[in-house]
Amino acid sequence: MFFYLAQQTINAIQLGSIYALIALGYSMVYGVLVMINFAHGDLFMLGAFACLLLAVLLPVHLPFVVILLLVMVVIGLLGALIERVAYRPLRDAPRVSAIITALGCGLVIENTTLSLSPYPQFMPKLFDSTTLTYASLTITTLQILIIGVALGLMVGLDFLIRKTGFGMAMRAISFDSRTVPLMGIPVNRMISLTFFVGAGLGGAAGMLYGLAYPQISATMGVLIGWKAFIAAVIGGIGSIRGAVLGGFILGGVEVMSVAYLPSTYRDLISYSLLLAILIFKPYGLLGQPPNQKV
Amino acid sequence: MSRFLDSVARCRWALPALIAAGFAFALACETFPILNDYSKIVLITVGINIILCVSLNLVNGYMGEFSVGHAGFMALGAYASALMTTKWLPACLFELPLAVVFGGTVAAVIGFLLALLSFKTRGDYLAIITLAFLMIVKSAIENISYVGGPRGMTPPVLTNLPWTFFWVVLTLWIIRNLVYSKFGRAITAIREDEIAANAMGVRTREAKILAFVISSFFGGVAGALYAQVNFFIDPKSFDIVKSTEILVMVYLGGIASLGGSIIGAVIFTILLQVLQPLGTWRMVILPLILVLLMLFRPRGIMGMRELPWFLPVRELFKGPKR
Amino acid sequence: MKNIIFCASVLALAGLAGCGSGGTPSVKIGLNAELTGEMPAVGASSRNAAELFVDQVNAAGGLDLGGTKLPIKLDIGDNGAKADQARTVAQRLISQDNVVAMIGPNASSCAIPASIVAENYKCPMISPWSTNSKTTLDQGGKPKEYVFRACFIDPFEARVLAKFVLNNVKAHTAAVLYDVASEAPNGQANLFKEVFEQNGGKIVAFETYTTGDRDFSAQLTKIKAQNPEVIFLPAYYNDAAGITRQARQQGITAQFVGSDAWSSPEVITLGGKDIEGSYFCNHYSTEIATPVAKKFVADYTAKYGKAPDDVAALTYDAMGLITEAIRTAGKADRQAVRDALAKIPKYEGVTGTLKFQPGSGDPIKSAVILQIKDGKFVWIANGQP
Repeated sequence: MFFYLAQQTINAIQLGSIYALIALGYSMVYGVLVMINFAHGDLFMLGAFACLLLAVLLPVHLPFVVILLLVMVVIGLLGALIERVAYRPLRDAPRVSAIITALGCGLVIENTTLSLSPYPQFMPKLFDSTTLTYASLTITTLQILIIGVALGLMVGLDFLIRKTGFGMAMRAISFDSRTVPLMGIPVNRMISLTFFVGAGLGGAAGMLYGLAYPQISATMGVLIGWKAFIAAVIGGIGSIRGAVLGGFILGGVEVMSVAYLPSTYRDLISYSLLLAILIFKPYGLLGQPPNQKV
Repeated sequence: MSRFLDSVARCRWALPALIAAGFAFALACETFPILNDYSKIVLITVGINIILCVSLNLVNGYMGEFSVGHAGFMALGAYASALMTTKWLPACLFELPLAVVFGGTVAAVIGFLLALLSFKTRGDYLAIITLAFLMIVKSAIENISYVGGPRGMTPPVLTNLPWTFFWVVLTLWIIRNLVYSKFGRAITAIREDEIAANAMGVRTREAKILAFVISSFFGGVAGALYAQVNFFIDPKSFDIVKSTEILVMVYLGGIASLGGSIIGAVIFTILLQVLQPLGTWRMVILPLILVLLMLFRPRGIMGMRELPWFLPVRELFKGPKR
Repeated sequence: MKNIIFCASVLALAGLAGCGSGGTPSVKIGLNAELTGEMPAVGASSRNAAELFVDQVNAAGGLDLGGTKLPIKLDIGDNGAKADQARTVAQRLISQDNVVAMIGPNASSCAIPASIVAENYKCPMISPWSTNSKTTLDQGGKPKEYVFRACFIDPFEARVLAKFVLNNVKAHTAAVLYDVASEAPNGQANLFKEVFEQNGGKIVAFETYTTGDRDFSAQLTKIKAQNPEVIFLPAYYNDAAGITRQARQQGITAQFVGSDAWSSPEVITLGGKDIEGSYFCNHYSTEIATPVAKKFVADYTAKYGKAPDDVAALTYDAMGLITEAIRTAGKADRQAVRDALAKIPKYEGVTGTLKFQPGSGDPIKSAVILQIKDGKFVWIANGQP
């Protein structure tokens, strides 16, 4: 009984950490621009494909960490590029236009990848993973690595936000974006950097996801993207810690509802629960109601 | 140019004449083989999409919210009407209009509940609630075997061109009258500045709920028409991809514009069919068009503007539009 | 003003596109395949086999139609593995392109709506791979007149698999994991459970996931706790690979048994060593091939560089059946073709001898059990229902 719960908890933590990593990207961008970047789920998918390309096309066998960093940089640059080309011109337009543009960009990325790779691809192993067993609990070294990397990135991001100048600038922009340039902070550059970091995290999540579930397809970002978005909002969109909390809650609810109830009700229960949370805490668990100036 | 448009707008009989002609054409198609069945279905799909667009535009465009769950209301309408035509009241007089009204009503009731629940939330949180609602509807249908669960249902084919045309005209007429009434001004006020509107005495709560209910009613109507033309409905047809398609149509055509919704629906549906030979690349081209459009015309092709025939007479002589 | 011109031109283009194609007289056969979406490998196999068949017939001068030889023209539509798209494609092929007959769709969730269209418009249709009974039965359970299939049906397959598990694998406890949102796996899971329990077996776990899921760890942990000897996975090839991999990772040692939906060779590429040793049911095996089958395998491999899977073999047979019917009928008329099809006494196909039961669109076919061994499909036994 205890072991069953423990094993399901391990499953929940693994799933949750990936949701959390993606949710972070949404929250970062929202915190700074008050904009939902709907292309994020597809950047996640590109992260997995980037890892595939790097692992397969390069003649040199690179270690895991190097590939991870490369993937994060490449997807980060792509995210910043999309911001520059598609979102920046719309900064003064109605918010909804930017959201729809994001949706459009996401669709373009997704369908281009689909046209180039209509079959799901197989992600090769980057290293050999062994399974550790304790009584009837199993966990693979790959899972440990994924949880570790995800948590490490989250802690790193928290450090970045709270202890560095860049983080302070980001928080300042989310607080009051019009006064910030008066303080000498290059807003455009900061926003581009925010997108770079957010997209990089999404790409990393994609790579980890691809390693954990080694079948990657062009549409894998759609459902996960929307789910992670829900997670970010549950935790309070704009809040970094909220995103992490939301991700783990979503993962936990999904796994536990399968563990203890008939598995056909999983989606029904998860979304009803999330809906309930939002009805009682309309701004998410850790979110702040925005100050509305009248 | 504007003088030409003015004179066109002053022709108040033009619109009723167009409607009569359209209806006559639709009836003719039923009796004479002018169009083959495939073209008829494409036209019916255009009609259904127009209803979807216009109903979503009410909430997303005129009221300025961001609802992502419209496919959920479509699903409710489709399944409710299918239940009626297959199990509860098969083959009775006026089957189609009854089924459509029933489908719309069911969707409206659920829309009412949803509006009540989400009254306190704003903006992006409302988007999440509508998204969660969509997922719940899809999952609920999959689990109820009385409606066929994931295997879907096979409703009889009752929708035809004249009926679709009738419902499109009815939808446009009702929503257009709503938008240019006191209620419509309330909704626009909510979009511009909700707190100020409240301070001015506009009953925002009632207006919001009413907008939601009407929007979901017509979403259900569209769903019912869809079910009775498609031979087959399953929960997978009403997922987030469908909602995204409706969103694309609305923003393509233009927010807060009935004419825009018509244009958006027509362009999207026809383009999707015409570009069939391109396969998956057509879903690259369409969003690309949308993105480019957003960059140059952020409000859509006809955002915030209206075809002169839809405007009531008093609006026509207001002076230059923004 | 610009908008009006834009709209008008779009509509004009649409009208032009709608105007049918002229060209040389030919026999038009439609193919409704899953070229994109959840199972593109299935659609690709189907298309490859159909094109191979058409090329072979046209190279020999064409199809003999009451004295004149006409080339076959294949009209391909993509249903994206989605029910509503399948229906639209069927409508387009039948109403606009006026095909004589339609081959496909393969996935049951697509075949069922397409079959309703075919039946309504009285157009003969053969589904190569759809095993769900509802494809050839109408609402009231009566057989449809114009819809046929080239393969066996789910109740037959469930009996074969359940008996195999009980008698050959000698297992009496089984768990089932299936996609609740997909027609074929859903049907097969429920039928297997019914037959297995009828014959003395015990289903210890009956879990579900939904299309698009990639993480099955929660369901697998639940199954592992019940300790089944066999896990039945009536999933399409992409899910089967993912599930077996995660199951082995969790330390589950049960025997995997699959349905005919596993049959794509992609399942080995994606499944790796975790899917080794699994059994599944299939429509034919390259190992016990007849001369007709051997020739087909050789031709297919020569043209496409890989061995054909059962979808390809069944599509090839479906094309053979329909052209045989057209030839017998002597004209490209849907009613005549349909009647000829139902009356075919015996057709020697790649997947065995095909003959439709009187008054039904289902042929009497045999099944084989294959095992994945050393990265290949190996024939183990013939299915005994």
